[in-house]
Amino acid sequence: MAYDHTVLMDGAGIKRALTRIAHEVLERNKGVTDIVLIGIRSGGAFIADGIAQQISVIEGGTVPVGAVDITLYRDDCSGQLPHQAVGRTDIPFSLEGKKVILVDDVLYTGRTIRAAMDALMDFGRPQSIQLAVLIDRGHRELPIRADFVGRNVPTSHKENVQVVFDGLNQPIEVVLEK
Amino acid sequence: MAEFRHKHIIALRDLSKEDIELLIATAESMREINNRDIKKVPTLRGKTIINLFYEASTRTRTSFEIAGKRLSADTVNITTASSSATKGETLADTALNLLAMKPDIIVMRHSVSGSHYFLANKINCSIINAGDGAHEHPSQGLLDMLTMKDRFGRLDGLKVAIVGDITHSRVARSNIQGLTKLGSQVFLAGPPTMMPPGVERLGDVTVCATMNEALQDADVVMMLRIQQERQGKTLMPNAREYSRYFGLNPNNIKLAKPNAMVMHPGPINRGVEMSSSMVDGDQSWILKQVENGVAVRMSMLYHVCGGELE
Repeated sequence: MAYDHTVLMDGAGIKRALTRIAHEVLERNKGVTDIVLIGIRSGGAFIADGIAQQISVIEGGTVPVGAVDITLYRDDCSGQLPHQAVGRTDIPFSLEGKKVILVDDVLYTGRTIRAAMDALMDFGRPQSIQLAVLIDRGHRELPIRADFVGRNVPTSHKENVQVVFDGLNQPIEVVLEK
Repeated sequence: MAEFRHKHIIALRDLSKEDIELLIATAESMREINNRDIKKVPTLRGKTIINLFYEASTRTRTSFEIAGKRLSADTVNITTASSSATKGETLADTALNLLAMKPDIIVMRHSVSGSHYFLANKINCSIINAGDGAHEHPSQGLLDMLTMKDRFGRLDGLKVAIVGDITHSRVARSNIQGLTKLGSQVFLAGPPTMMPPGVERLGDVTVCATMNEALQDADVVMMLRIQQERQGKTLMPNAREYSRYFGLNPNNIKLAKPNAMVMHPGPINRGVEMSSSMVDGDQSWILKQVENGVAVRMSMLYHVCGGELE
C-alpha cells in the first residue's frame, strides 16, 4: 500500500466500545424513556444501529433510530464546487420533548455536528441533544464536545481516520491513514 | 460520487444519463422535506431566483416558487402581463436589466424554442428552462420519470406510450430525450398532422399508426393536452372527432398492461384527450406528478447552484 496505514480498532474492539457507550447512555439518562438515536449519514447511521442493538440487549425493548443527512445544512454549500448527491433524512417520529442521542463515527472539526443539530431542530424541540462518537480525533473548529466517546485518537490534520464497514454495514475496523 | 457540472438546465438532450439519474435521486431524497412540519432547509440561503414567465402557467411557476422557498432562496415572479415586455422591451434587454439586480438563477418560460440558449450566451447567472415553445420542458420530463420510478422502481425496459399532439409538445420531447437515455421504449401516437417527421431519430422511439397500437402492453400511458392556443384550425376537424380516435377511455386502456399508469402533464381538457373517469380513476397518477414536481425543481435549483460555468 502506497500510504502508511495503521489499524486503531478491530471489529471486537468496536463492539466493546459501542457496548460501553450503550451502558453510559442508559446510566446518564436513567433508562430508555424518551431516548431516540439519530445517526449522521452515512457512517454515523450504521454506528447508531450498533448502539441501539446493544441498548436493546441490555434493557430489552427497542429505541427509535433515525438517520439525518446533513448535505443541505452544510456551511460550505454556496461555494462553486459541484453539489454532491443528497442522502435521505429518515426521522419518522417527532423529536418534541425527546432526549436525542446524536451519533457519528468520527468527530473532527465539529462542523458536521453543527449542521446536524440545525437539521434536528427542524423536526421539533428536543428536551436535550447528546453526542456519541466512535472516534474523537480532535481539532475542533466550533465549541462542540462529545458526551460519549468510543476512543480518543490524537491526530494531525494531514492524517485521515476512517471507519470501515462491511457489506452488511457492520463496522469492521478503524484505520489511521497518513 | 456523482457530481452535477452544468450551470444551466435547458434541455434533457444536453444532459447525460448520469446527470439525469443524479437529478432524480436528489429529488427522491428531498421529497421528505415536503412532508415535514417545517418545510424548509437553509441550503440556498441568500440566493435570488427570478421566475420569468412569458407564457401562462399555474403548476410550473407555483412549483418552482415553492421549490425555491423550501430551499430558503428568495424568489421573485415576473409574468409578462405585468412586465415591460408589454411596453416593447426585447428579451435580451429585459434579461440584462434583471441581471443588474444580481439574481443567481433565472427560471424562464418563453414561447420561442431555443430562447434560453440565446439568453445563456448573454448573461452569467444560471438559467433553467421552464418550457420553451415546442422544444423542451425538462422539469416536466424529470418529474414524469421520477413518478414512473416511484411506481416501477426503474425506468429501464419500461414501455411508455405518449399520445396526442407530439408536434407542439415540449413535454413529449423532454420525455423522449430522458426516457430513451434511461433505457425505456417510447411509442408515439397521434393524428398525422400532429406527428413531426423524423421523430424516430431521437432514440428508441416508435411511431404507431393507431392509438391502440401504442397502448398495446404499455406500462405507462401519457396523454398530452390538445394545445388549442398553438395550433390553427387546420390540424383536426373538431374535439369530438379527436376524442374518438385519440382519447383515452375505460375501453382502450384495457389494451395496456393491467394497472398501467395513466399520466397527463396538465392542464387537462376533460372529455377531449381523456375521459373524466380516467382522470380521476385508480390508474391516474396525475396528482402524484404535481407533488413530485416540487421535489424535482428543488433538485434542479440545488444542482445548478453548484454547477460550473460551461
